[in-house]
Parts: sequence; C-alpha cells; structure tokens
Amino acid sequence: MQSLVIHSPILAIAVPLLAAFLIPLISKFNSKVRNIVVIAALAFTEFLVLILARDIYATGLHIYTLGASASTLAIPENFMVPVRIILEVDAMSVFMGIISVTVSLAAAIYSISFMKQETGGSKFYTLLLLLTVGMVGMEFTGDLFNMFVFLEILSISGAALAAFRTRFADASEGGFKYIVISAVGALLILFAIGIFYGQYNLLNIAAIAKVMQYTSLDKIALVILIVAFGMKLASVPMHMWAPDTYSVAPAGTSPMIYVASQACLYALFRICFTLFGVTMDTGTIGWIIIMLGVLSMFVGVTVAVQQTDIKRLMAYHAISQSGYMLLGIGVGLAVLADPVALASYGKAAISGGIFHIINNALYKGLLFLTAEALFFSLGTRDLNRMGGMARNMKYTTIFYIIGALAISGIPPFNGFTSKLMIYESVYQFSPLLAIIAMLVSILTLASFTKAFQSAFTGPALPQYGHVTEVPRPMLFGMGILAVLIIFFSLFPSIVVNTIVTPATDALINQAGYISAVMGGL
Amino acid sequence: MTEGIFNIPFIAIAALIGISLYIMVVKRNLIKIVMGLAILEAGVNFFIVSLGYRSGGAVPIYTNVPQKLMVLPVPQALTLTSIVIGVSITALMLSMIVLIYRHTGSIDAEKSRKLKG
Repeated sequence: MQSLVIHSPILAIAVPLLAAFLIPLISKFNSKVRNIVVIAALAFTEFLVLILARDIYATGLHIYTLGASASTLAIPENFMVPVRIILEVDAMSVFMGIISVTVSLAAAIYSISFMKQETGGSKFYTLLLLLTVGMVGMEFTGDLFNMFVFLEILSISGAALAAFRTRFADASEGGFKYIVISAVGALLILFAIGIFYGQYNLLNIAAIAKVMQYTSLDKIALVILIVAFGMKLASVPMHMWAPDTYSVAPAGTSPMIYVASQACLYALFRICFTLFGVTMDTGTIGWIIIMLGVLSMFVGVTVAVQQTDIKRLMAYHAISQSGYMLLGIGVGLAVLADPVALASYGKAAISGGIFHIINNALYKGLLFLTAEALFFSLGTRDLNRMGGMARNMKYTTIFYIIGALAISGIPPFNGFTSKLMIYESVYQFSPLLAIIAMLVSILTLASFTKAFQSAFTGPALPQYGHVTEVPRPMLFGMGILAVLIIFFSLFPSIVVNTIVTPATDALINQAGYISAVMGGL
Repeated sequence: MTEGIFNIPFIAIAALIGISLYIMVVKRNLIKIVMGLAILEAGVNFFIVSLGYRSGGAVPIYTNVPQKLMVLPVPQALTLTSIVIGVSITALMLSMIVLIYRHTGSIDAEKSRKLKG
C-alpha cells in the first residue's frame, strides 16, 4: 500500500495510457469486456488519485523523479540542477487531478450506451483515455517541456473526439477549429519554453522559478504563455472555437473537453503563481487576468442568452463560468505581493476561484450531459423544435434542474457557495467587479430558465410521442455528478476545509514548491 | 562580425513565425492554414535547435567523446519530440479537411461553415 502511494503519481498517468492502447486489442474479442476494462482503468486511476490526495493532505507535496534510484531524489549526485523529468504533485495539482478523473469516469460510463449506436467504439475509448492521460499529466508534471507534451496529447485526442461523428458535416469543422487553436497555442508555449531554456538552461518549473530574473525576455515569454493558455481555456476574446467544438463533441466528451480546458487554466495559474510568483509585477498581470475574466463572464453570458442551440448555449455558459475562476484567482494574484490584502481577502478570492473550478466541472459537466441526452433522444439540438420533454424524460429533467440551479448560484446549491466567496472577497478589492459578477449570475439564471421552458415544459409534441427516458448507463453517469453536486451543496464547509483550502495554500506557497525539488532555500 | 552571423538564425526564425501567423490570420483556404501551421512549427523547432548550438561544437554522440566543446543534446531531443507531435497534428488536420471537403464540397473557410451563432 505504501509503495502504491509512492508510485501513484506515475501510475495515475500510466494506467489510463496502457489501457488506452489495450482497448483496440480487447475490443477485437468482446465489446462488453472492453467497456468493463475502460471503467475499471478509470476507477483505478480515481482510486490512485484519491489515495495520493489523502497522503498529500497528511504529509505535504509529493515529488516523483522518473528513472532515479529513489523517487524523491530530484537532483542526481554531482549535479547542481534536476536533469530528470520530475512529477511534482501538490494539493492544487491533486485537486485538479480529482476533478479530471471524476469527470472522465462519469463521461465514460455515460458513453457506454451512446457508443452502441456508433461505429468505431474502440477508437472512441482509446481517445477518451488519452484525453484523461493528457489532463492528469499536465496537472502532475513539474517540467515545462513535459507539460507541452501532455498538452499536445490532450489537444490531439480532444480534437479527434470532437470530430468523432464524421457523418455530420459540422463535426469535422468543430474539431478542426479546436486543433488549429490547440496547435498554435501549443507551439507558442513551446516557443516560450525555448526562451526560458535559452536563458537558464533549465526545464524544471521549480528550478527555473528559483533563478527567475524577470528579464524582458521573460516578460515576452509570460505574455506568450498567457495568450496561449487563454486561447486553450476559451477566454474572451479568444473563445471562438469553444461553442463550435463543444456543440459537436459526442456523448460524454464535451464535459471532458471542458475539464481539459480547466487543466490549461491550472497550467496558467501554475505559471503565474509558481514559475513567476512575486518576481513579476503581480498587480499588472493580476489585472490582465481579471480583465480576461470579466470579459469572458460578460460576453459569454450575453451571447448565451440569445442562443437557440442547446449545446451552444451551454458552451457560452462554460466560457462565462471560466470568467469567475479567472476573476477570483486574478484578484488573488493582483494582491499576491501585499501580505495584508492577501490575508484579508486575497486568499478568500483564490479559494472561491478554486472552489468554483470543481463546482463548475460538476454542474457544467452535468448540464452538458443532459443536453447530450436530449440530442440522443430527439436528434436535434434546436431549442425551438423541442418541448414537453419533462413528460418523457423525468430523470433527465431533474438532473437538468439541479445543474441549472447550481450554475445560476441559487442557494443552497454549490454554485452559490463559491460565487458568494468570490463576491465577498472581490467586493473588497473592487466593488464594480463584484457587481458585474452578480449581474452575470442573474443573466445565467435567465438563460437557463429560457432553455428549461423551451425544452422541458409546454404541451407534448406529437412528433416526440415515442421518446422515452435515456438508457441506464447515461442516467448513471449523470447521477454520479448530481450526487456529488448535492453533497457539495449540503456540506460546503467540509469540502472547503478538506480540499479547497490546502489547494489555495499550495498555490500561493511558491517557496515550498521550489524547495521540494531544489532542497532548502 | 561573428556576432552578426550568429544572429542570422534568429532573424530567420522571426521571419518564419511572422509569415506563418500572417498566413493563418489572413488566408481562408484550409490547406493554407495547415501549411501556415507547419511553417510555425518549423520556426519554433529551428529556434530550439539554434539555442543549443555552440560555435565549433562537436556532435553530441557519446562514444569516443572528443575533448572539446559539444553542441547541447537536450534541445535536439526536444525538437525530435516536437517534430513527431507536429507530424501527427498535420495528419489529423488534413484528414479533417478531407471530411469537410466531402461534406461541403469546399475547402474555403467561409464557404464550408456550418456552425453559426
């Protein structure tokens, strides 16, 4: 058991990776066994991430040096700097890891019955597992180049999944947009990594952070990184790909692609807080991130209100919700250099932003799944052609209501808790920002009420008389997320104290991250 | 003078990246967008390789190491990884373009748009 904990960072990447390439082989024999292997691999990964998380909360961050005689031996003998690839998992990384694997697991279960009516199931699950590998790898790695490689794994598998239903003309288009944005973003990130390597001859995040000079070249690299990760996480004005990609992604994969963009959000914060930290001008960079957040929130929701395609509507809300995280954590970043402000409201803002990441992954994931359930049953995504579905699909309706109330921040749902944390702390920083955030929340409610009214209420439509509830695996996938939402809603203080506060502390503890690899400061 | 010569790769890199970004922003032909991306990738790979170059250095192959300056091997390993990734991305993009062309009969980014809103 103890050795399982020690090796769990690499196993959480290796298990889904091996399973991904076993799937095509297994599905040659039996597709039932294949489904079981996929679920088992993801469940085991979830177990690994959870025992790793438990250990991290008890003993602090883990490092895992690949290829070293002992996994904690970051710097080989006779060397001054780390030369091996190091996985560095702190409370923030493992927090993101839990989100990624949980949503992947729910999405994989949800996809089982969906894949019965599609061909190429083995490729679908291979891509799904590879997307999980990309997310977990990006979150666990402590090495910049490794982060680039996992980002590319994530991008390629995400784009292939988005374009999976090749019989639809729009699928390839959504996938193509995603891959262009991802490839350009990833190459810009590689360019920035090259800038760091050219100056410091290092690739390890902790090692670069220790010697960071914040030269003008570093400033260029920082701007490139913010733009590139901003593209990947679909913050306005670089959001154009998101509605197209999310609306065509099949079955359970839109929540996964969304969580993958959250992994890029994590990478952005890791770079801002750990790689640069207080050496950079945190006030300016914090404001840039706040502005990205406010723009995303406001533009996302105002465009969402007028959508008639249910998945595009969800996608614009996804953009809008990312804005809350950028706002919360951006406020924390802006006051990072000021210990008094950081203690009085900065940490609360970061906690709110981080709590919003997990809440959002759950209820946004659930809403994407209900939208896909409607598409699965009705064959259309157009809200104007739906109606009266509450009669035919009562569980889906309940799940939709839970998700919609949570995303609109209605008490007592979990969206309310994290939004309240953001409002309170951001108000002390700048009242105007908090007011915008509340306005966005109201518009969100309006938009979801409209979608609910169009899709679920109203008279029964004759052409959908035969429509019944979606199959059981789909309900089970949605149920996992709904149960978690209800748990998070009923016990917010437990969740904040056990996983959110350690993640906040880990994110702002730059010295701890550096000294774990580089030894005492 | 020698300083100036060593700056030539970086000027070429800037030109490659500039051209590729121009192509991707301005051109509407999907194949040309893929070509722009390939040029961007070449520029970035060239950047990383040229970072590791040491003037007059030997090739970093570790049998019978000559006792003189060697070119840094790490950037070359990074570039090799990046090239492999680039090839797979290009292949995936081209296959998507084939599908888009089959559905819409056009590879013009404006004419083949199905998604709006």
